[in-house]
Order: sequence, then structure tokens, then C-alpha cells
Amino acid sequence: MTDPDSFVPQDTKAQAESEDSCDVGRRRLLAMAGGVAVLALAPGVTVWARTMRAKGLVDAHPVRYGLLIDANHCQSGCDACVRACNQYNGLSGQTGPDNAQWIRKVTIQDPKTGFTRTFPVMCQHCAKPACVAVCPTGASFRRADGIVLVDKHRCIGCRYCLMACPYQARSFVAHKVDDQKPWAPRGKGTAEGCTLCVERIDRGKLPACVAACARRGHKAMLFGNLHDPQSAIAKRLAQYASTTIRADLGMEPGVHYRGI
Amino acid sequence: MATLAYREIGGKSGRYWALVIGSGALVAAGLGAALYMRAHGHHVTGMTNQIVWGMPHVFAVFLIVAASGALNVASIASVFGRSPYKPLARLSGLLAVALLIGGLWNLVLDLGRPGHLLDAVMFPQWRSIFAWNIYLYTGFLVVVGFYLWFLMERRLERHSKTIGLVAFLWRLVLTTGTGSIFGFLAARRAYDTALLAPLFIILSFAFGLAVFLLVLITASSALSRPLGERLLKRLKGLLVVFVAAALYFVAVYHLTNLYRAGYRGIESFVLVSGGVYTLLFWVIQVGVGGVVPLVLLLTAKTRLARRMVVASAGVVVGGLAQLYVLIIGGQAYPLRLFPGFVVHSSFYDGVIHPYVPHWPETVLAVSGVGVTTLIVLIGVRLLPFLPASLADEAIDVHGHKGRPAQAPKSVVPSP
Repeated sequence: MTDPDSFVPQDTKAQAESEDSCDVGRRRLLAMAGGVAVLALAPGVTVWARTMRAKGLVDAHPVRYGLLIDANHCQSGCDACVRACNQYNGLSGQTGPDNAQWIRKVTIQDPKTGFTRTFPVMCQHCAKPACVAVCPTGASFRRADGIVLVDKHRCIGCRYCLMACPYQARSFVAHKVDDQKPWAPRGKGTAEGCTLCVERIDRGKLPACVAACARRGHKAMLFGNLHDPQSAIAKRLAQYASTTIRADLGMEPGVHYRGI
Repeated sequence: MATLAYREIGGKSGRYWALVIGSGALVAAGLGAALYMRAHGHHVTGMTNQIVWGMPHVFAVFLIVAASGALNVASIASVFGRSPYKPLARLSGLLAVALLIGGLWNLVLDLGRPGHLLDAVMFPQWRSIFAWNIYLYTGFLVVVGFYLWFLMERRLERHSKTIGLVAFLWRLVLTTGTGSIFGFLAARRAYDTALLAPLFIILSFAFGLAVFLLVLITASSALSRPLGERLLKRLKGLLVVFVAAALYFVAVYHLTNLYRAGYRGIESFVLVSGGVYTLLFWVIQVGVGGVVPLVLLLTAKTRLARRMVVASAGVVVGGLAQLYVLIIGGQAYPLRLFPGFVVHSSFYDGVIHPYVPHWPETVLAVSGVGVTTLIVLIGVRLLPFLPASLADEAIDVHGHKGRPAQAPKSVVPSP
């Protein structure tokens, strides 16, 4: 029997086998024992690794992109982030119930005190995203750097992710899509949401919404690597109190908020 | 020993062909509606980014839940050894398959990209209850297919108890899976409860038996085949228990939500202020689908078969209303991103979402019923699913518990 993994030339191996069949038997026994050991240990190691990762003891990836949105600096009446997103990603900007919106300005008001705040809400790029958990095909997925995306080639358009997302951050493409941007492919009949402008990030640029906010001088949106203690976003999060939306659901959003 | 004969129907009457053509037309219309939706996009429907699932899903869930319930009659015979139900087992299995295919028809044709469906098989995601359901549904068809084969092939019939048990367990898991599609949605107040899985199981008992009774009594009447009063009384008793149990579970579901902090908003919406949803809940779901059937079955004095048809129709209509309230009402009530705050946005945060079904999704939804009807019509025409007689004497031959076996006159020997 030939061993495809062997680096020993076959003719030499045959000669060795004929000379010392006892040695071959021992080798086979060792190989089998090794295989059995791997089979026995693999599930345990996998469970251990998952547990460690879940506890945050093993960092899966040195990069986790996220946002810090400071509602104290977000201006009422300004929708530069929304318009920049629509323009960059080729969205119509229409706001009918069947139009896609990747980012929206939300206004909240405390009915008892009248306290009002306005700020953008988009896909929260969760560490444990419900949209990924419920997707039957794996079309909803999370990149190693924490960005949650939809693979349009796998999406069956069942909309279960729209049902599951607590942030109403997913949209369904219910209209024909014309003039698509090459960097933001869309497809009628598929789900979609904020990509954090992944193509810009991969080129070292800020997401369109963050860049637009900065151009306005509002500085309400800060983008960066949450896992890098030296990054501006990590330092700001360490310095000031912040929160995430529906933190009680345990999805660990990558978008943090101040002032709400 | 004399055995009960099953016989294909003649299928030559005008009524039969009218039903075949009618249900065929429904299927064709549903296919046309789905193609129209596919060509133009889902904006031609009433479904939106807020009301994500609409009429096709209401009908699909009803048909799928009823499918597992329709199999119960066969299970009662095979698994629990109640021989009076045995003559009904074949029809029970056929209905289960037909209802499930009708439901899947709705679900698949409503997909935005049904062509990608194979990816669910190629890249199964075991964390998704939806992915599990794909296997549960297809597996159910296979298991019930084998069950029917074992029931209809005399050499294999002695093993039908084993396969019947597998089918019964499978259907319990299947309905648990269907309920969990909603029960796992933690973000939505109407769904976020493990109670939905057992609720769906008990609903399946009621819906499935109601559909079964409608088909059985209508078919027996149309074919002039005897249907014994004692058998009807047994089935009536079952329906009473199932409808009462469904009402009980609905009461527990709502009382639990009323007790839980943060769930009173959705309860107030459904029970008091939800407009069409409140109306559907109290009048159609509880009234027409629950109280009226119970009163009819337990107190009225008119002919039993007629009462059972009306009661079963009430359960079906009430069931559809119940799923409309749960599925669409559950989405109409807004997600609570910021509890305690009044919320506004261009994406309709914080407001009750309206839903008006448009013709494409309504036609698609009803076409699922057409698919089910067509399969049953073709099935009973081609294969002997229906007993030649369900007269009480015929059923006694099969070991009616507590009664001595007689040699009834109406029993037809097996060919």
C-alpha cells in the first residue's frame, strides 16, 4: 500500500518494507495511534478554544473595526452622513417603507423631561450578530475584522435576517437596481445593510459617513480598531462612558454611543 | 378475516373536474404572481422593510403546522394503537404530505432569490433554525412517504407501527422547529418566548384535525361513502380537546407576557388597541376559531357531521387569523431600540407599521391551498387512500376497543 503523505521514494520504501516488515508494522501502529489521538482530542480542543474565545481569553483577531458616535456633537437637521452613504453606495435616498436605508438619523425624546437627542443608527456590526446566526445559507457573515456583510451570491431573500436584527438595520432590495457602484454590489431580491464601507476601509480610508461628518466639522463619528489600545477610538472609549443599543441582548455591537 | 377495502375515487364527475380545474387555476395564478413579483421586485407587494413577512407566510405557516397535525390521526392508530382510526391513516398521511408541499410552495415562491436555495443545502448553517427546518421538512416528506408505503403494502403493514412512531416523533420535532423560527427572535416582543414551540404543537393538533375533518366529511358526502356516527363522535371529542387546549395555550402565552416586564406594550397592542389585529384576535381567533366550535360541538343538536364541518371551518379561519395576528401583528408593533423614549426616524422607528396585502402576495398565499387541494384530488384518484366505507360496523371489525368484533354487512373484502 502506498502512503501519499510519505516523503520517502516509493522504490526505497518497498525495499525497506521487504527488509523490515516489523518496522513497518510499528510505523502503522504509531500512525493509527496518532490518528486515534487526534480524533479523540480534536473535539475537546475545539470546545476549549471556543470557550476561551467566548470568555475573551483568546483574541480571535487583532482587529475589530467599530464606531463611536457622540450624540452630544451630532447636529439636529444635519444628515450629511446619510447622504454620503447613499451617494457612495448608490442608494436612491428615497425613504418609502420598501426603500433600502443603510443608515438613518434617529431622534429620541424623553417624554417626561423633553430631553432630545439625534444621532445616526446603522448596522451595529455585532460580535454575535443575530442576522448571521439565523441565516440558513451563510450569506450573512462576519469578517475576521468584525465587519458584518451579506454575500449576494448566497442570499436566498428569505428576510429572516430582517426579522432577527434588533436594530432594524437590514433592508430588502424590493426594486430593480440600476447604476450600481462597482464597490457596492446590490441585488434585487436580496438583503443588505451597512458595510462600514468595507472597500474604503480596505484601502485605508474612512467610511463615507464618518468622512462626511468630519468634513462638516461636527466630529460626531469616530472610526477605528476597537482592539488596538493605542487607537483613538479605544482611548476615547477608555476615557469616557459610552453605551451600546440594546446591550441587554448580548450581541456585543461594534458601534458605541455617547450622550444617549 | 374480512378486511376493510380502500378504493380510488372514480374521478369522472363534473364536481371532481371542477375542483381539479379550480385548484389548478389557483396554482397557475400563484405561479404567475410569483413570477410577477420576481420580475418587478417585492415592492409590488404590501410587504416592506418593516412588515417583512406577509400573507404568503401566514398561509405557509398554517399549512405547515396543519401538515404535522393532519398526521396525528394516523399516529393515533399506529403509535397509540387506537384501531378505529386505522382506516383513516392513509388519508391522514396524504393530507400531511399535501399540506406541507402547499406550505413550502408559498415559502419558496416568496423568496427573493429562490435560485440560490441550493446554497442552503451546499452550505448548511447549523446555527440557523431555518436551515434545520429545511431538513425537517424534506425529511418529513420522506418519512411520511415511507409510512404511506408501509400502510398500503400489506407485506410491510406489520412494520407500520415502527415507521409510524418515527413519523410521529419527526412531526413533533418539525413543529417545534416551526415554532422556534419565531421563538428564537429575541428582539421582537411578540415572538421572544420558548412557549411558541409547544403552542405551535398544540395548534397543529387543532388545525390539522380540522382540515382532516373537512376533507373526510366532504369527501364521504360527495362520494356517498358511509361515515359512522360513532367514529364521528370520537373525532368530535378529539377536536374539542385540541381546540380547548389551543385556547388554554393562547391564554398562557398572553398572561405570561402580561406578567413580564416590558411586554405589556405588545399585549396592550394585540388585546386592546391594535385595530384590525385586536378585532381579528377577539372575534375571529378566539370567537370563530375557539368559542363557536366548542359551543357547536358540545351543545348544538343539529346533525353531527354538519356541526363538525362548520366547527372545523371555524377552526381553520380562526387559525389563519391567529397566525395573521402573531406574524403580521408581531411585526407591526415597532422594535424597541430605546425603551422609555419617543423615537422618530426616516425608517419608521417607533411607529406602528401598516400592512395592506396586495394582490400578488395574496394570490400566492391562496395558491398554496390550491397546491394542497390538487395533490389530494390527484392522490385519491390514483391510489386507494379513501376507505370504501367508514360505517361503524366496518370499523368495529378492526378491533374497536370494548366491543366484540362483528361481521358487518357493509364491509367489502379486500381484493
